[in-house]
Amino acid sequence: MSEKTGETSERATASGSGTREPGPARRLLGALVRVREASILLVAVVLAFYFQAANSAFLSQQNILSIARFAVPYVVIAAALCLLLICGEIDLSVGQSFAFAPIVMYLAYDKLFLVLPLAVLVGLLAVALVGLINGVITVYLGVSSLIATLGMYFLLAGLSVTLTGGFPATPPDTNATTQVLGEYAWSGTIWALVIVVFLQVLLSRTRWGLHTYATGGNPLGSREAGVNVARIKIGNFILCAVLGGFVGIIEAFRISSIDPLAGGPQLVLLCIASAVIGGTALLGGVGTATGAFLGALVLIILQNGFTLQGISAYTFNIILGIAILIAMILNVYVARLRSAGRV
Amino acid sequence: MENGNGSDFLRAEGVVKDFGAVSVLKGVDMHVKKGEVLGLIGDNGAGKSTLLKTITGFHRPDGGRILIEGKEVSLRSVSQARSLGIQTVYQDLALVNELSVFHNMFLNGELTVGPFLNNRAMKEKTAQYMEDMGVNIPSIDTEVARLSGGQRQAIAVARAVYSDAKMLLLDEPLAAMGAKEGALILDLIQRLKEERGIPMILIVHNYAQVFDVCDRVNLLRNGRIEFDKPVGETSVEELTEIVISEYRKARQGN
Repeated sequence: MSEKTGETSERATASGSGTREPGPARRLLGALVRVREASILLVAVVLAFYFQAANSAFLSQQNILSIARFAVPYVVIAAALCLLLICGEIDLSVGQSFAFAPIVMYLAYDKLFLVLPLAVLVGLLAVALVGLINGVITVYLGVSSLIATLGMYFLLAGLSVTLTGGFPATPPDTNATTQVLGEYAWSGTIWALVIVVFLQVLLSRTRWGLHTYATGGNPLGSREAGVNVARIKIGNFILCAVLGGFVGIIEAFRISSIDPLAGGPQLVLLCIASAVIGGTALLGGVGTATGAFLGALVLIILQNGFTLQGISAYTFNIILGIAILIAMILNVYVARLRSAGRV
Repeated sequence: MENGNGSDFLRAEGVVKDFGAVSVLKGVDMHVKKGEVLGLIGDNGAGKSTLLKTITGFHRPDGGRILIEGKEVSLRSVSQARSLGIQTVYQDLALVNELSVFHNMFLNGELTVGPFLNNRAMKEKTAQYMEDMGVNIPSIDTEVARLSGGQRQAIAVARAVYSDAKMLLLDEPLAAMGAKEGALILDLIQRLKEERGIPMILIVHNYAQVFDVCDRVNLLRNGRIEFDKPVGETSVEELTEIVISEYRKARQGN
């Protein structure tokens, strides 16, 4: 009973002071379950070794850069979604914000003749508005966020195609801004790491983060304690949409194309899967941005490794499905162990 | 009932609260003097919790006035009531299972350094509060989900007490407790009353406990305070009789 548990990495590092003497296997299992991030990291490392053994091109500089660049949108969106999931909500439309923000930016630049940094800002403001609308519909009108953001998903998908006429557009020519925002080979990766660190610090070191956990863990109790639950939820909806849109702009500059169809279901579903594999509880109260980041990394490594081995995308989906099921079963199992005071 | 005077900390006049077509509070007149502990009793569903939540800004009243230290207030939020020093321990305790003891202790009153949480200071203070109150918990890093009912209650009371409370509202503070843990909380209430003179409203079910710590008893019935006596002028028997007669009437009505 006296052992510490941790859903935050900070607390998870503290050692327990149990009185029983469990066997080494059980102790290892307990440690893995307690330090969720470490177990996912272990999976990522094991996978990397396996793929390297199978194909020595896996850890080549070229392929590492490829993984690092490809993972950027997934990592950022998974970590951003994680905050929303922790406070008990979800945003299915974040993939569409990913596609929508660069389109608005492009129109502001191309049609309104704004300078690029200002056009980027307009794009981000547009998705901030999307997040605000998602939040207000959920919090004040009482529509489940699953439904509210599903509606927003289709609305944005339609808008994106309408605004571009259905064809990809080409982002502005190379300059300092476009270099910083994704054209330079490592810029996306640097942004992604900065954002994940920012979100993790926000979660485990600030009042906003603590109130996000409290809101998801006990919404009524948090309200009774005076936590502004509405503000926390709406704020996290906006944060999620803005980060989704921001990484969409980065991706547009990286691939030099603004694709109105970039926000398909695969993106958001993979990111939700990443967060869940990373230990985020879909019912709220538990999760870390670091976990979501590692969850996304594992999925990207799997996808990349299979591609190198020439295994089809269908097989990847089978593995992904199994991974999600195992992660969910593990979540339930951990919750049971915890409530029984055994971990 | 006495007229309003300077010795009242809190005064409710004709407070009305409806939930749609259901009228829960139909004009509650109530007052709590400085340093006084008021016991609030009433049948299940009489609206005791609603009354507390209306006083603390969780619900907005649909009519009537609430005065604190003689000044009319219009509370829009729990945070606003807190800033006036009114602290509540809710029946469900308002604890977050997933958070540690010290984070729960400072929920919405966190200590910070710049934008960051000052976890060390919160841990130190929580340990000190627990010691002062004589509460035994395994560790202040423990998630509250792992604590017993009494330990959880003690944390909720401590949270309210140690946030500069000028007034405490306790909704069934002894509900989930064994005799030993209940005695701990009653001792704590007694000490707060004697040492700090904090006025309190206590919702209680066990009338014997009322007489241990309360100065005065109010009965909430039919959306109004229908009974108001100092504990010296009433007895467990009288209170029980009031409630029993209510049941009799109800059964005859059937």
